[in-house]
Amino acid sequence: MIEHRPGFTFFCHALLIASIVVVAFPLYIAFVASTHTAGRMFEFPLPLLPGGEMLHNYATVLQHGVAGASTAPVGRMMFNSLVMALTIAIGKIAISILSAFAIVYFRFPLKNFFFWMIFITLMLPVEVRILPTYKVVADLGLLDTYAGLSVPLIASATATFLFRQFFLTIPDELMEAARIDGASALRFFWDIVLPLSKTNMAALFVILFIYGWNQYLWPLLVTTQEDMYTVVIGIKRMIPGGESSVDWNLVMATAMLALTPPALVVLLMQRWFVKGLVETEK
Amino acid sequence: MEKRTQFPVGWLPYALVAPQLAITIVFFIWPAGQALWQSLLVQDAFGIHTEFVWFENFQVLFADPTYLESFRVTAVFATLVTSLGLGSALVLAAACDHVIRGARTYQTLIIWPYAVAPAIAAVLWTFMFNPTVGILAYGLEQIGYHWNHQLNGGQAMALIVISGLFKLIPYDFLFFLAGLQSIPKSLIEAAAIDGAGPVKRFLTISFPLLSPTSFFLLVVNLVYAFFDTFGIIDAATQGGPFRSTTVLVYKVFQDGFKGLDLGGSAAQSVVLMAIVISLTVVQFRYIERKVQY
Repeated sequence: MIEHRPGFTFFCHALLIASIVVVAFPLYIAFVASTHTAGRMFEFPLPLLPGGEMLHNYATVLQHGVAGASTAPVGRMMFNSLVMALTIAIGKIAISILSAFAIVYFRFPLKNFFFWMIFITLMLPVEVRILPTYKVVADLGLLDTYAGLSVPLIASATATFLFRQFFLTIPDELMEAARIDGASALRFFWDIVLPLSKTNMAALFVILFIYGWNQYLWPLLVTTQEDMYTVVIGIKRMIPGGESSVDWNLVMATAMLALTPPALVVLLMQRWFVKGLVETEK
Repeated sequence: MEKRTQFPVGWLPYALVAPQLAITIVFFIWPAGQALWQSLLVQDAFGIHTEFVWFENFQVLFADPTYLESFRVTAVFATLVTSLGLGSALVLAAACDHVIRGARTYQTLIIWPYAVAPAIAAVLWTFMFNPTVGILAYGLEQIGYHWNHQLNGGQAMALIVISGLFKLIPYDFLFFLAGLQSIPKSLIEAAAIDGAGPVKRFLTISFPLLSPTSFFLLVVNLVYAFFDTFGIIDAATQGGPFRSTTVLVYKVFQDGFKGLDLGGSAAQSVVLMAIVISLTVVQFRYIERKVQY
């Protein structure tokens, strides 16, 4: 501390605590709502303390979903989300590390052209090519499949850049030593580059898992069958236009379930999360 | 920049880049090309007859008042989200940088909303502001303010801005905090010895030194506001009431998927593509000098 200013320090603490409360408030209200009966939601004063229906509500949505909403049970949708998030995270890391390795450690014709092609994907988010991409996936017969949900999102310029930057910092001597010892490119990759990349892979995994789990537009396009919905798009189906029939307690239980896995990943792997976030965007 | 020695070239490097390239071509470049091509075509309602019309789709598009309105809505939304996000994140980061006790805990409790999907954040806030069961709408009613974002366009906009900020503030906060922590303490101490208080030090030293971070975040936030908020709009307002929250990305989806207007939707995609490309170019040209190609 540079100087003693108790007043200003107190003000900073107060500001931080206030903002934390504001941010946590919706989460708390959602949790409270998820522990009451549906009818209690419409009685005043509105509940501010948890009720006794928590286990019942969560068991209901996990096994049966919400009555009247055209969705699969939340357990099934969570499973879909998990498969999608894991495939995207692992797939992106795998294909990016391979192409970055090729770009850094080989000098081959068309290399720069390939690099630019990967770079261009940065400029083409799903949102700007909705219909044609949908058509490609439909023509390939990938609608309502896990492959259709995840493979089109696997190409990644940022992950490729990150690995490329990292590989450039690996001392050249390592590769020269490996070559003198007679290692092939693949053996060098497997025994040296891959182990060195562990921390970067962990950091990327955290970011990409959250990215995959939270996808909205893409699963909305490629899934038509209820049992292929992910939980993030499923929850919206539970809130139809007409207000009266919404079981808010069950919707909020679903929301809590939908946000818990990525939130846990951030909390438990915070160090990797911060590293991944700052480095992928750098 | 390259390694000074390389592995011998055979088929291997091609095999290594093949998966990435295959996905890029099939799911990115080919569809984008299709969008470009279709934006120059007009198809009849049954998809039997297609005519090449040059830029007629674009002329129709920019003569369409609902499209121009959508531009305005997007601009308002992006301005609000970006300015509020950057502003509050900067203040929080400065406060978190100033306090010593508990800084780590504060950081954790501020960044967790980053993990919440924008659509889920929208569901949480929509519930809080729901006119019948929402606790905030109820509270506002008690102090005499009537809230119904299903009827009032301004309130609908406020709702999506709040939902959008939920994920953005943690993100900006982390980058500002990292930026503040990398400022040499000696500069701050020298200013303190010269008698500058915390606010003065922030305004004359920290803030100018943060300008690269701020500019980078500005671009990233704009990209977020333009493209990553589809889930928020779809979950909270569906573009309503009366198109008051129909941003460009939501309009592409509505016209293309619900309205099945192929040429018009493709033309909108091309306009969006131009926006992303210019934002990306700005980002890499002025910020990303570390990456060399």
